[in-house]
Amino acid sequence: MTGLIETEHLTRTLPSVVPVTLVRDVTLRVAPGEFVALTGPSGSGKSSLLYLLGLLDQPTSGTVRIDGRDTRHMSEAERSGFRLQGIGFVFQFHFLLPEFTIRENVEIPMLRLGRLPPSAIRRRAEDLLAQLGLAGHLAKRPDQISGGQRQRVAVARALANDPPLILADEPTGSLDRKSSGQVFTILQSLSRAEGKTVIAVTHDLSLAALTDRQLELVDGALTTPG
Amino acid sequence: MKLLLMLAFAHIRGRLRQMTVAGLGVALGVGFSIAMAALMQGSQQDFVRQLVDAMPHVEVLDELRRPAPQPAEQVFAAAEFFGLRPVDDQRGIRNPAAVEAALRTWVPGQIAPALRIQAVARFSGREAGVVLYGVLPRQEAQVSSIARDFVVGSFSELAAGGNNVIMGRALADKLGAALGSSVSLVTGSGQARDFRIVGLFHTGARSRDEGEVYVALKGAQTLSGRPNAINTIRIRLDDPARSQEVAARAEIQIGQKAVSWEEANQAVLEALTIRNVIMYTVVAAIMLVAGFGIFNIVSTITHEKARDIAILKSLGFPEADMRRLFLLEGLVIGAVGSLLGWITGYGLCLVLVSIPIKLEELGGATRLPLAWSLLHYVLATGFALMAAGIAGYLPARRAARLNPVDIIRGAT
Ligand SMILES: Nc1ncnc2c1ncn2[C@@H]1O[C@H](COP(=O)(O)OP(=O)(O)OP(=O)(O)O)[C@@H](O)[C@H]1O
Ligand SMILES: [Mg+2]
Repeated sequence: MTGLIETEHLTRTLPSVVPVTLVRDVTLRVAPGEFVALTGPSGSGKSSLLYLLGLLDQPTSGTVRIDGRDTRHMSEAERSGFRLQGIGFVFQFHFLLPEFTIRENVEIPMLRLGRLPPSAIRRRAEDLLAQLGLAGHLAKRPDQISGGQRQRVAVARALANDPPLILADEPTGSLDRKSSGQVFTILQSLSRAEGKTVIAVTHDLSLAALTDRQLELVDGALTTPG
Repeated sequence: MKLLLMLAFAHIRGRLRQMTVAGLGVALGVGFSIAMAALMQGSQQDFVRQLVDAMPHVEVLDELRRPAPQPAEQVFAAAEFFGLRPVDDQRGIRNPAAVEAALRTWVPGQIAPALRIQAVARFSGREAGVVLYGVLPRQEAQVSSIARDFVVGSFSELAAGGNNVIMGRALADKLGAALGSSVSLVTGSGQARDFRIVGLFHTGARSRDEGEVYVALKGAQTLSGRPNAINTIRIRLDDPARSQEVAARAEIQIGQKAVSWEEANQAVLEALTIRNVIMYTVVAAIMLVAGFGIFNIVSTITHEKARDIAILKSLGFPEADMRRLFLLEGLVIGAVGSLLGWITGYGLCLVLVSIPIKLEELGGATRLPLAWSLLHYVLATGFALMAAGIAGYLPARRAARLNPVDIIRGAT
């Protein structure tokens, strides 16, 4: 996988008495290794678009193509497999498993993929966490570390299976300026140094400036062609 | 799988108390099922053993499966006849000596011929209807369970004199007679003779103790006016389980009705089957209740851990994994509960066998009859795991379908 992601006329409507359109006719192309910021006012559909790109949600119409592969007719198991290997998610809220230690949280996607032997999985988890400055917190549980640290754990977990595509939904939303800068610098280096495709939602224009390209959503639609 | 177990145990740890309660529900269900099965099967075996012990395993009778065809029916091919006077059937097994000899060649057990007739016993103005057996004392002692139940005397006393009789102590008491009394026996044909009581028995079965008297075969034959007649051959097999097979073969060979103890007690055995059905219904009901406990806790966990489900799914765990995860949690409770249930069941059985029970008839204290069988444990566990599987699967299926986006949206 290269991390090439494309959409065509992507639309997501919530069925209800008055249907709500979350994402409206979005056509975009993000090249492998690109670092793209997704901006827009609150409620403009940024998160919704990211869920579609990450195959967590399914479009009402239009398509998402990853590496040129149409994902429309994939089965649930295939989409899950794709997410496991190919996509790393970082949510606005950290979403770590509270029952497990920091290290276990990072190990779980690798254990599920089962590509590495357990000892290598353990080493990789420790390396990733060390790179993100969390070497001293391996055995702690998510509720025993700070919000910024949790968010970095979430980044480590997203990187665990070395996916070519990273999707981050306001990864710095709950962080102070310094921590936000740290997280964004990490994302930037992932794109620059490791050639990963990174799409990050942010409100912060100074952070958006660190990216290669900015896409703006208003009312579910792109303001400029993507 | 190891990963799923790790996740399952994390959930179980988080709800240890409820899990323990659910597990105890299963444990009690399994435990009681095991104890009940042991008790039911034990008492059934005991009952059947007593039943089988008290009666001939196979009895050849002087009857036919179907009434003998009348000569007119054999001659004319008509459907039905009215007003025919049937030929008098000389009752009795035909050619008894040859029949007995034929059976002896192959039957694995003891054989005793007898003449059984209805009679009235009379003593000092009191009367009682009895079944009178004319027996060969030595052979009778080999097939009859009464041989073990003598209070005074034995079958061999019958050989000592032609006018000796053995009866149940209860019958003697009823007539007011005692050992050595001279009792008059009257048959249907009106013949009467006096017999001296030389033996008394007590089997505990009232119908036998009050209703059976034994005299020497010759005496019975004379009394009934049928010299050399025999109307029943009783067989005691080395292995009672083969009775049906032996009865069938004997019937074919002899051409007269041969009844196995199973056939003779069909109604009783059917009642036992119904008892077993009732038992399994109760076991199923217990497991159903235990299943509700599991359903409840797994349901609670799936609700409580909705966020975990969303996280795992967003990480790339497929729906099938989520189903397996919660199914596994149900099964873990079922399995742990079953293990505890084995201990409970075994303990209950130990307690049950240690209770002494006073029984009037059999005299003195006995213990509850329990059957120890691994099958009870396996069956109870099978039931429990099935209940746990279903109870876990239902919430698991719902949890797996959960849309992660709904939860992720809700949480932020
Ligand atoms: N379940 C829902 N039912 C109805 N409307 C919904 C639902 N979920 C989201 N919406 C609406 O869909 C729109 C897009 O939501 P989305 O979360 O994608 O916006 P966003 O750009 O991520 O906003 P924010 O910057 O606040 O996170 C919003 O107007 C929201 O109110
Ligand atoms: Mg959002």
